[in-house]
Amino acid sequence: MSGKTITCIGCPIGCRLNVLTGNGKVESVDGAGCGRGAAYARQECVCPTRMVTTLVRVEGRRAPLSVKTVRPVPKERIFACLDEIHRVRVTPPVGIGDVIVKDVCGTGVDVVATMEVGSDERSQEID
Amino acid sequence: MKTIANPQSPIAYHQSPIANPPSIDVLIIGGGPAGLAAAVAAREAGCGNLLLLERAEALGGILQQCIHTGFGLHVFKEELTGPEYAQRFIGKIHSLGIPVQGGTTVFDVTRERVVTAVSPAHGLQQFRAKSVVLAMGCRERTRGALMIPGWRPAGVYTAGTAQHFVNLDGWTPGRRVVILGSGDIGLIMARRMIFEGAQVLACVELMPYSSGLTRNVVQCLDDFNILLLLSHTVTEIHGRERVEGVTVARVDDQRKPVSGTEQRLDCDTLLFSVGLIPENELSKAAGVELAQTTSGPVVDESLQTSVPGIFACGNVLHVHDLVDFVTLEAAQAGRNAAAFARTFNAERSTLSAEVMCVRDGAGVRGLVPQAICVRRVADDVSLMFRPTAVFRDAAVVVRIDGEEVARKKHRILTPGEMVRLVLEKALFARFGGAGELTVGVEP
Repeated sequence: MSGKTITCIGCPIGCRLNVLTGNGKVESVDGAGCGRGAAYARQECVCPTRMVTTLVRVEGRRAPLSVKTVRPVPKERIFACLDEIHRVRVTPPVGIGDVIVKDVCGTGVDVVATMEVGSDERSQEID
Repeated sequence: MKTIANPQSPIAYHQSPIANPPSIDVLIIGGGPAGLAAAVAAREAGCGNLLLLERAEALGGILQQCIHTGFGLHVFKEELTGPEYAQRFIGKIHSLGIPVQGGTTVFDVTRERVVTAVSPAHGLQQFRAKSVVLAMGCRERTRGALMIPGWRPAGVYTAGTAQHFVNLDGWTPGRRVVILGSGDIGLIMARRMIFEGAQVLACVELMPYSSGLTRNVVQCLDDFNILLLLSHTVTEIHGRERVEGVTVARVDDQRKPVSGTEQRLDCDTLLFSVGLIPENELSKAAGVELAQTTSGPVVDESLQTSVPGIFACGNVLHVHDLVDFVTLEAAQAGRNAAAFARTFNAERSTLSAEVMCVRDGAGVRGLVPQAICVRRVADDVSLMFRPTAVFRDAAVVVRIDGEEVARKKHRILTPGEMVRLVLEKALFARFGGAGELTVGVEP
């Protein structure tokens, strides 16, 4: 059994939740003001996940391309995912939703573009 | 090219107007989320002759640099990034064939709704608009507003400027960062700088609570073990050519630094996330009355300002937390601007004696709208405000002429989260033209 204190993000109250875990399971949640807190604690203590948004470089263009994971990835893999995403260079044109990295870091989650870059925007302004 | 007698005086433009400026039914100033939603709504309300003017080349405003997720939960029922949210509206603008002129700075609006703009492509232009929608957004408070002593080294930016550098221009402004203020942009930038390989030493907040969303405190600071120093401030910026460090001190109940609590943090970058100010230079030029509490125009329930035919929406009206609410508000302004242009009557009064005044009650600050023209109410009326402090287990109570007409319980109210409540149109049928509506927080 191990204890952990986390802050609930369900609402602005930000209840401090005291969570006891054992065998990879949540045994008890203390301090939650409502049911959402307990549910959040279960998710957050067993398998915390986060959406990752960042930038990749575009060939021939100074301005980067914004990207996101299509689903949240395990929190402890955030930096591994960033490393893999940041190694990519893309060539225009790119459309919203185009897959930039497939199955990033073996998480089973794809990384997609969140903006458009037209082919005519290539090779403008590079300093 | 037009020659102007005295470029120092804006009056000169009025005295030598461009001959026969084109007439526009609805002219929208600003192509951020507010302007885009207003334009789409005006077109969908049947306005055939509208024009959107935007200072930047691209549409979307600040959304384009907000690459994180969290946008659209109310409007689209899904979680989008800023650029994706913007693109939904830009797509609509194009498919509806709405004329947009980018790279165009509006520098004057008159009471008669003559709009003067300048751009590299078209030079000096004037438009005669039947109705105008102000959607210029807001600006960040800067170091100057806080009067922190020290030299003027490189490395001091507002959080939004740093966000522009990183996300749109593709360069990172520093390696060791301190953030002053815990507004949402500051929190988001803390995580962004970490993702770009920088170190974030601390986020320093004057108040005893963060002004950002809990979710952002957890996911942008706690996740990366970034120190949040509540009831602290930056008292000095060190370095002459480049920031070399800052002095941070604890503050007392009066928010004055406590001597003896100073500590130095060595950093090369200081970001400010200390509030936003509606950008109302054009509103002032047009003679629009501004409210002290919101720093935005005084409006009625149709979002019309004190100048007939001039409407306001989005962050130029009052600073929002959620773009979704900007979209809803701006759509209403766009519809009403289209209706005004259709039944064009410059004499149509607004904010006259015939309106119900909306007043901030206890614990409430910056109610929008500030007036309701009861006889004209066409839709349900949404009221927005910020609580003046943190209240737990309190109720928001609406009274008209002393009579309680609505009450909603909240487990928590904080200044960081705007409250939006909707009053049904039918409610107003019982009341006469004048009177007073108050919203207050009660235990």
